[in-house]
Amino acid sequence: MPVTVRVPAQLRTLTEGSGEVHLDGSTVGEVLKALDAAHPGFGSRLFDDAGGLRRFVNVFVADEDVRFLRGLETPVSDGQTVSIVPAVAGGS
Amino acid sequence: MPFVEGLTCRECARPYPAQALHVCEFCFGPLEVAYDYAAIAAAVSRQSIAAGPHSLWRYADLLPADRTAPIDLGAGMTPLVRADRLAAELGLGELWIKNDTLNPTGSFKDRVVSVALTKARELGFKVAACASTGNLANSVAAHAARAGMESYVFIPHDLEQGKVVTSAVYGGNLIAVEGNYDDVNRLCAELTSEQPTWAFVNVNVRTYYAEGSKTLAFEVAEQLGWQAPDHVVVPIASGSQLTKIAKGFRELHKVGLLDGDEPPAVRISGAQAEGCSPVATAFAEGTDHIRPQKPKTIAKSLAIGNPADGWYALDEVRRSGGAIASVTDDEIVAGIRLLARTEGIFAETAGGVTIATLAKLAAEGKVRKDERVVAYVTGHGLKTIEAVSPHVGPTATIAPTLDAFNEAVEVQR
Repeated sequence: MPVTVRVPAQLRTLTEGSGEVHLDGSTVGEVLKALDAAHPGFGSRLFDDAGGLRRFVNVFVADEDVRFLRGLETPVSDGQTVSIVPAVAGGS
Repeated sequence: MPFVEGLTCRECARPYPAQALHVCEFCFGPLEVAYDYAAIAAAVSRQSIAAGPHSLWRYADLLPADRTAPIDLGAGMTPLVRADRLAAELGLGELWIKNDTLNPTGSFKDRVVSVALTKARELGFKVAACASTGNLANSVAAHAARAGMESYVFIPHDLEQGKVVTSAVYGGNLIAVEGNYDDVNRLCAELTSEQPTWAFVNVNVRTYYAEGSKTLAFEVAEQLGWQAPDHVVVPIASGSQLTKIAKGFRELHKVGLLDGDEPPAVRISGAQAEGCSPVATAFAEGTDHIRPQKPKTIAKSLAIGNPADGWYALDEVRRSGGAIASVTDDEIVAGIRLLARTEGIFAETAGGVTIATLAKLAAEGKVRKDERVVAYVTGHGLKTIEAVSPHVGPTATIAPTLDAFNEAVEVQR
């Protein structure tokens, strides 16, 4: 069973409108690389010049921010969901 | 509204039309409203503003929504009060409190929501929604009720009871989410993709929503006789309010409403709770990198562990020569009580954060006696009564007799 990636509306032009993509990979970085290979264009949207996640891109594995885990090295297992979510202001 | 040219990405400057867009489709950077400032300068004057309504809509020329059909409960034009007794306690000189507890639902959120929902209705949205730690929930529920819009308000399940009741009473949908604010916010960010016909005020119409906070700067300047203060102290949650207050002072200069040729040199300082201090921590460490935190503080209205505009707030503070400090829960309660005792203003926990941080920065000499200082107190104390109820109460409980009174209370003569 592969990993499910949830794609926000802003990036669905790259997935022919689909909000979910199923891919293989054992870390967040691998999954996102596979996403870029399957749907070219994701790489430049998600990563900065140094190869890290852009400041306003949040990635969650099983609803936990990968910045609290091991970043792009965070392991993912089959059947888990990786969500790409734009940072939003909030509050109070 | 007629002066809006479009939206621009703050990160990569890509232009967008003035629609319900909040992040750049390319880099996810936040979008900002772009105005034709030359046209505004030609249209606006101190007199035209003074002739406007006694609400934030008097500044409509500098807002991104149509003034002719506002969703309006009367937000804005809250008192700016001279705080001499508090200043004396803190060793400061000219100190003012912007008392934004006196908005229709008791917090500054009425400013941003009035602008956001007015714009949302203009764009054709029929449903108002938000992720909130309480104040925004109150305000969205109330403004939606006023406008006859359906509403969906998402809150963390463990909010103060006062904030739950004061959101639910307006009759919209109130969804308590088992998680903290950052969890609620992420859920709403995902829901925005699934419910494109809902206006999430702090997600897909955030670009317009955030602009409402500029009126906190506009009003202070107008109330000081069209002068900018020397130093402001502002609480930081997402960082949006601080950033927009700084922008507000710059805009007033840009459209010719302030005296002088140079933009005003307003020092901007930020206040956070120690239990949720990602921006204060980055400031102290001298880094641009804001590490998200798991919030643990009584100041729930400021408990955003992953602040979207934190980086911009940090930048405004550093460029203006201000500072950011954080305060403990005990200091927050002491701040609430100090403001109440000296000035007769009862603030919620966020106001306690602001006052305690002001006290700290004053003691460190970072807020100075020779400055004209404005502290923003942005939410009413009745919303977070749990924070102070263990600490205050009756001086004495007595039988209804003179003897009992005389025995229990020593009256100063």
